Amino acid sequence: MKTVFVTVGTTSFDELIERITTPEAVQALKGRGCQQLVLQVGRGSILPESDSCYELGINAFRFKDSIAEDIKCADLVISHAGAGSCLETLGAGKPLLVVVNDKLMDNHQLELANRLYKDSHLLYCTPSTLVETLKTMDFSVLSPFLPGQPKHFADFLDRALGIQ
Amino acid sequence: MHMSFPSNIFILKLPVQHSSCLITKGKPGGHTTEILRLMESLSLSYSPRHYVIADTDKMSEDKIRTFERSKKNTGSEGQFTLQRIPRSREVRQSWSSSVVSTLNALLYAVPLVFRLSPDMVLCNGPGTCVPLCAAGLLLGLVGLKKVLIVYVESICRVESLSLSGKILYRLSDYFFVQWSSLKDKYPKSIYLGRIV
Repeated sequence: MKTVFVTVGTTSFDELIERITTPEAVQALKGRGCQQLVLQVGRGSILPESDSCYELGINAFRFKDSIAEDIKCADLVISHAGAGSCLETLGAGKPLLVVVNDKLMDNHQLELANRLYKDSHLLYCTPSTLVETLKTMDFSVLSPFLPGQPKHFADFLDRALGIQ
Repeated sequence: MHMSFPSNIFILKLPVQHSSCLITKGKPGGHTTEILRLMESLSLSYSPRHYVIADTDKMSEDKIRTFERSKKNTGSEGQFTLQRIPRSREVRQSWSSSVVSTLNALLYAVPLVFRLSPDMVLCNGPGTCVPLCAAGLLLGLVGLKKVLIVYVESICRVESLSLSGKILYRLSDYFFVQWSSLKDKYPKSIYLGRIV
């Protein structure tokens, strides 16, 4: 997994950024063949310097108009449980490890990650189990994620409204 | 069902039946992507499209403009406008201040909806949608126009409805959920599988 892309979407998730840049996490990533770590930190207060790690190439930024390219170039995406990030990653057919922010109150984000996990589309963990998961994760057990069908919605609405 | 269309909004004269919809946007981030995916599938007939977003939301505006530009490029054009109203509720905002900000949003939503007079309000989640749907319902209550309320619960909601969803479940004309677990709990909802 040469390039690993970490994304927190529009949120701030300092714990994830902190954990993924610890020496233990870096070692675990290197053990899986990682050479480049790209971090999208959103509104977080931690923005690692590009040269902060001599073991891995690090590139950190806050936001981009689109992370489609970063997802495309990644061999693994590590993401917060946001719907947009999850769906974009799964839509691109990339292995996805979701890190759940267990500090968020009323964490309804968990519902989707949980469901996708139960349907075998992604792996998930918390910041405290991140390093362990990096060492043991196996993506070969997952099922492909089929895209949603907005056309069903459009067809239904057209019929209901009597639009040809 | 015959759709009447407001003559003051139409500039183009086209042979097909048109309906204007007022699309309401939730908080920026995933919801924007969701509603735009739904919009992608809708035909030319759904025009003009009035996107209503929170005044604090810059990201959604960019995404909407990009999306509408791409529709233009494929020749699937229609008209669109961007309208802004104050956020009715921030994530984790307290109850009392939520009531105040919701009433504030309503003060904007009612004149806006009365002015635009849409045939349909299509919304996807928290933030701006409840005041706008309420305004749409009001238009019908005062006998001016029947506005269809179409709510698509976010794909994030698997086991429970969002607050907006709970409020609008009984008030909407068409209420879509995207997971069978919600269909079981909310029998009046429409389940077509994942639609975003």
